[in-house]
Amino acid sequence: MPRPGFVLDVDRSTPPILFWRGENFSLEKLPAGRSRVIYPAEPLPAIDDVDGAIRHALLNPIDHDPLPSLLFPGMRLTIAFDDVSLPLPKMRRPDVRQRVIEAVLDLAADAGVDDVHIIAALALHRRMTEAELRHAVGDRVYDAFAPRGLLYQHDAEDPDNLAFLGTTPHGEEVEINKRAAESDLLVYVNINLVAMDGGWKSTATGLASYRSLRHHHNPDTMHKSRSFMDQHRSELHKSNWRMGKVLLDSGVKVFQIETTLNTDTFPQPFEFLSKREWEWNARDRMTFLATTKALGRTPARLARNIFHSIEAPHQMTSVQAGEVEAVHRITTDHVYAQELVEVKGQTDILTMGIPYISPYNVHSILNPILVQVMAMGYYFNMYRGMPLVREGGVIILTHPCRPEFNPVHHPSYIDFFEQVLADTTDPHVMSQKWEKRYAEDEWYRHLYRTGYAYHGVHPFYMWYWGTHGMKHCSRVIVVGGDPKTVRRLGFVPASTMDDALEIASDVVGRTPTITHLHTPPLMVADVI
Amino acid sequence: MRALRVRRRTAKFAVARVASTFGSGGAARVGPIDLVDIEPPALPGPGWHRIRPRLVGICGSDLSLVEGHASTYFEDWVSFPFVPGHEIVGDSDDGRRVVIEPVLGHEARGFAPPFPGAAPGDGDDYAHLVGGRLEPGIQTGFCCSTGGGWADEFVAHESQIHEVPDSLSDERAVLVEPLAGGIHAALLTWPKVRAATEAGTVPVVAVLGAGTMGLCAVAGLRRFVPGVRIVVGARYPHQQALARAFGADVVVAPNELSRAVRRESGGHLVGDHLSSGAHATIDAIGNSDSIAEALRFTRPRGRVVLLGMPARVSVDLTGLWHRETELVGSYTYGTETLPDGSRRRTFDLAIETALVEPLDRLLSATYPLDDWTDALAHAGAAGRRGAVKIAFDLRPHERENS
Repeated sequence: MPRPGFVLDVDRSTPPILFWRGENFSLEKLPAGRSRVIYPAEPLPAIDDVDGAIRHALLNPIDHDPLPSLLFPGMRLTIAFDDVSLPLPKMRRPDVRQRVIEAVLDLAADAGVDDVHIIAALALHRRMTEAELRHAVGDRVYDAFAPRGLLYQHDAEDPDNLAFLGTTPHGEEVEINKRAAESDLLVYVNINLVAMDGGWKSTATGLASYRSLRHHHNPDTMHKSRSFMDQHRSELHKSNWRMGKVLLDSGVKVFQIETTLNTDTFPQPFEFLSKREWEWNARDRMTFLATTKALGRTPARLARNIFHSIEAPHQMTSVQAGEVEAVHRITTDHVYAQELVEVKGQTDILTMGIPYISPYNVHSILNPILVQVMAMGYYFNMYRGMPLVREGGVIILTHPCRPEFNPVHHPSYIDFFEQVLADTTDPHVMSQKWEKRYAEDEWYRHLYRTGYAYHGVHPFYMWYWGTHGMKHCSRVIVVGGDPKTVRRLGFVPASTMDDALEIASDVVGRTPTITHLHTPPLMVADVI
Repeated sequence: MRALRVRRRTAKFAVARVASTFGSGGAARVGPIDLVDIEPPALPGPGWHRIRPRLVGICGSDLSLVEGHASTYFEDWVSFPFVPGHEIVGDSDDGRRVVIEPVLGHEARGFAPPFPGAAPGDGDDYAHLVGGRLEPGIQTGFCCSTGGGWADEFVAHESQIHEVPDSLSDERAVLVEPLAGGIHAALLTWPKVRAATEAGTVPVVAVLGAGTMGLCAVAGLRRFVPGVRIVVGARYPHQQALARAFGADVVVAPNELSRAVRRESGGHLVGDHLSSGAHATIDAIGNSDSIAEALRFTRPRGRVVLLGMPARVSVDLTGLWHRETELVGSYTYGTETLPDGSRRRTFDLAIETALVEPLDRLLSATYPLDDWTDALAHAGAAGRRGAVKIAFDLRPHERENS
């Protein structure tokens, strides 16, 4: 039986705690008597018969007719699937999306359906490479569909292939992929790694255009999402759910398939990253020492390649299909069962080690803007109830925060860093002053549509993601970051954790409470 | 009189070039320049005046000479030994406070001007620069007949002299000459700016470098080239602040300039080149890297104005060929045609500009002539040390102290 997550109160016997620092780690000693460490739960057991469970879900959907009854000859069937941003790290083959899509295609073939399109629902993310597509859907599906142009990627900038479906009562325009909207059935294949994923967000975000996305990817919506991991208190989700109703009312027929994975994140020899420090054996300690020393001497590019080659031993813990909202309720329960950790009360200082990866830099660089979104957008929001850090508290994160960008994946990020952040770090100001120009830049549009670039507006969305966190905290301190880059982000640089705590004392006094979020693997703090 | 004098000593130039690796001060100590006590130059003829300098700037071209980097091109256009110094405000022997337009033009050499009312820098035949009643020399500060500003005294022809109004301080007046150079470069962008404006687009001019000349070019663009969007690449924070104060719209670090130009002008980034780019670029640095950079972000059939004095450079000109880029030198000043069609002398425009622009902030430090090695060292490291323009102060109080 896997052990649940728990909160460790740090005392003098507590060993130094592991902090991620991009493509490396460090061990940090936290002050005894007023520090605590939140550890994630151990991975839940996997489903033994994955293919059987998938087939069972398709034949016995929730609040929906069985999939075979929805399939008929001559129909137009569209299968959309989550893109390269999920799961993290990428899972070992076969990817769960491949298994689900193959099962759906088997049923479609049985029903004589021959008009099938498969679409990567990447919204404004970069397009996936062939290797990434093959990894996600498998070689058999790829070879059967891609050469004939039937497996492709959503293009949020293709006016000929977008369908405007109406507006919500709040005036939010709903525009999604035309093929998906006009199909007789849209089957959405999801991976739900955190509670934020899935539900109507799959379709209303993953298959949407900028025109539509801007209604919920904005500073106001992000600021009112408390948190992204708590759908009922997330304005982001409420907007997506409103859009989902427009989809339904306009006749889009969705069959939602959601899967959850356990938190088995790191294979050998990186298993020690998931272990609790006092349980490290001699081999773990040796591996840590050898790894950190070696990584310290390894060029950043090579270190990145090493880490991005990791394939997680994630395993499926649930699969459910049917009506979107009913399915998502069960999915969320499964996610919470894996990730929720009960935490009593808030803290003055929240510490976090930022790893090498985020949903937006698979096979790429975690650039400074993505460091921000990981800290203030994701880790800050890993709560239910109330934020882990009190209002006016301090966040201390560890990351080298180098001014490095992947010009292929993140071209507009470079300009955002050089131009927008040099002007303002206020999400509301930049949204008014700069967003439109980036969203409509022809070069960014060209690179998004034809290359492997995130959409021009994407760095803004990343910055907005941290709106609540940045307004909530009085200071963000980056340990070990490039000082000039850290200042450009509006944060405060510190050389060591001790220096950071000293700097934080201006705000939270000399004996603040400290909480460390020991992630990854993923967790959500249920703060009561 | 005291004078800093440069003699033709090839070995000294070579030693200076090596020593310049350690800074301009070191190069000055071992190079071809010395502080000497010499007789003042004789008046070459009628219309000539004795000038006692007040403030005299140290220019990039002076430094390049002191450091042994100047091109051999000038060997036939100057006469040794000469006294450098051409950014001058001083007192004329007839009681006027004047700035000097340094080009030794037709009238100074006893020739008829190329057209009535021509400025010293006008004309399309430079034969007069090596003839007439003076030894060869393109301008004051490079001619053994006239002397130069880095001395207690030199001579200047009436055609070179501009009386300055009382309201113009010495500290501003010493910058009139570089300001004229900047204005001239700015006006060289006008044909491209006009074409862009007529095409209904916002004209973009990039300025590479924000030392004295770059900043003066920015001031010239803002004042005399209407409707232009100015994007500046400036290395140091104080340069960036000054560029903004002089009217630049966008100021970025040099390594960010290419992308900043794209943001302003649109287009794509194709490899290292912009698909489009600035309508014109003023290169106020003038080395291989800056020229290559300017060619990369100036749009096809645009113009690169080379304001910084280059020497021998190595540049891949394939892009220039392919994009049909105009590479235009911008040495000095003369008679300008302004956007409204009127004709004005650059020095008059510069004096007008010096009265209104915040030029005081450009003159960072002054030195007595006796501290010439320190002055040259400071000038050579001006950007790094938070300075812009370094000058010699030869005003009476300084003379009394020396």
